Amino acid sequence: MAATAQPNVKNVWLGGVEPMKASYGKLMMWFFLVSDTFTFSALLVSYGLVRYSYPAYAGKVVDFVSSPTYWPIPEKVFDALPFLHGLHAPLVFVGIMTFILIFSSVTMVLAVEAGHRNDRATVEKYMLWTLLGGATFLGCQAWEWTHFIHGTEGGTVIKELVDGSWVSKTIFGANLTENQYGPPAFADFFFFITGFHGTHVFSGVVLNFLVFYRTATGTYERRGHYEMVEKVGLYWHFVDLVWVFVFTFFYLV
Amino acid sequence: MAHVHEHEVDENAGAEQRKAIWRTFWILLILTAVEFLIAFTLEAGALKTAIFVGMTIVKAFYIVGEFMHLKHEVKSLIWAILIPCIFVVWLLIALMREGGSIFDLR
Repeated sequence: MAATAQPNVKNVWLGGVEPMKASYGKLMMWFFLVSDTFTFSALLVSYGLVRYSYPAYAGKVVDFVSSPTYWPIPEKVFDALPFLHGLHAPLVFVGIMTFILIFSSVTMVLAVEAGHRNDRATVEKYMLWTLLGGATFLGCQAWEWTHFIHGTEGGTVIKELVDGSWVSKTIFGANLTENQYGPPAFADFFFFITGFHGTHVFSGVVLNFLVFYRTATGTYERRGHYEMVEKVGLYWHFVDLVWVFVFTFFYLV
Repeated sequence: MAHVHEHEVDENAGAEQRKAIWRTFWILLILTAVEFLIAFTLEAGALKTAIFVGMTIVKAFYIVGEFMHLKHEVKSLIWAILIPCIFVVWLLIALMREGGSIFDLR
C-alpha cells in the first residue's frame, strides 16, 4: 500500500490506474475467494437439502440413540476429547478448534498490520504464530477424523436387507457407505465439507510458510512492501470465515 | 531525520489499527461463547436456528469487514464482492424447499 505511487497519471492502462483502488493481485484474490464462496456454499446448501429430506430426531436430547433412520444431533456425535476417553464433553473439542482458527486469524491480521509499517521482525513473529495455529488446527482435525472413523466402543446395531431377509449387524465408526452415528449421508458430508475445508487450511499453511520464509530472507524488505502478506492474509481469513459457517451449520444447528 | 519522522507517524496509525483488531477478536470470541451457551440451553427449533444464522452473519460481517478489510475498501469493490452472494441465497431457498419436498415424498 505504501509503495503504490502513481508517477504517470496519463497512463490509464497497463496498470497505470488501479481499478477499485486495489492492486491487481488483491483484486484477483478477492475474485478467487468469491468463486470459492460458491463452492463452499454449494457443499453446505446440499448438506441442508439432504438434512431436511431426513426426519429429525423427535425425542428428548438425553435419550438420544444413533440410528440411520433419522438425522443425528451433532452434540451427541462430537462429544469426545483426546486423552480423556469416555468423557462426555459435547462440542468442547470443536470449540477449541474454532478458537484456534479465530486466534490464528488475529495473528495474521497483526502480521498484515506490521507489514504496513515495514516492521520485518514483527511480521516474522506473527507469521510464526499463524503457522502454529494452522498446524494445530490441522492436527485437531486429524484427531477428530480418526475418532469419527474408528467410532465408539459400543457401535450401533443396524438392520440390513440381505438376500430378502433382515439381518442385524453392529457397525463401528463411519466411512463413505456405513455410519454408526446416523444416515450414511451425514458421514459423507462430514468427510467432504470438513475435508474440503481442511485442504484449504493445509494450502493456507503452505502459503503462510512461504510468506514467512520470504519475510525472514528479506525478499519483501528488498521489494519495499509486504503486499504478499496481505494477499495471503485474505485467503487465511477466508478459511476462518468458512469455518465459522461450517461450525454453525454442521455442529450447532 | 525524514525517516524517523515517517516511522513515528506510522507507529501511531498502527496502534489504532491494532486496537480495532483486538476489539474484533473479543467480539468474535464472545459471540462464539454465547453460541455455545444457546446450543445447550435452547430447545431445537426455528428460533434456535434463526439465532444461530443471525449470529453467524454478524461474525462473518466482522471477519470480512475488519480482518479482510472490506469495510474500508471503495464502494464498488464492496458491492462487486457482496452482490454475487445473492446467488447463494437463491440456492439456499431453492434447495431447502427441494429437501422439504423429498422428505414429504419419502
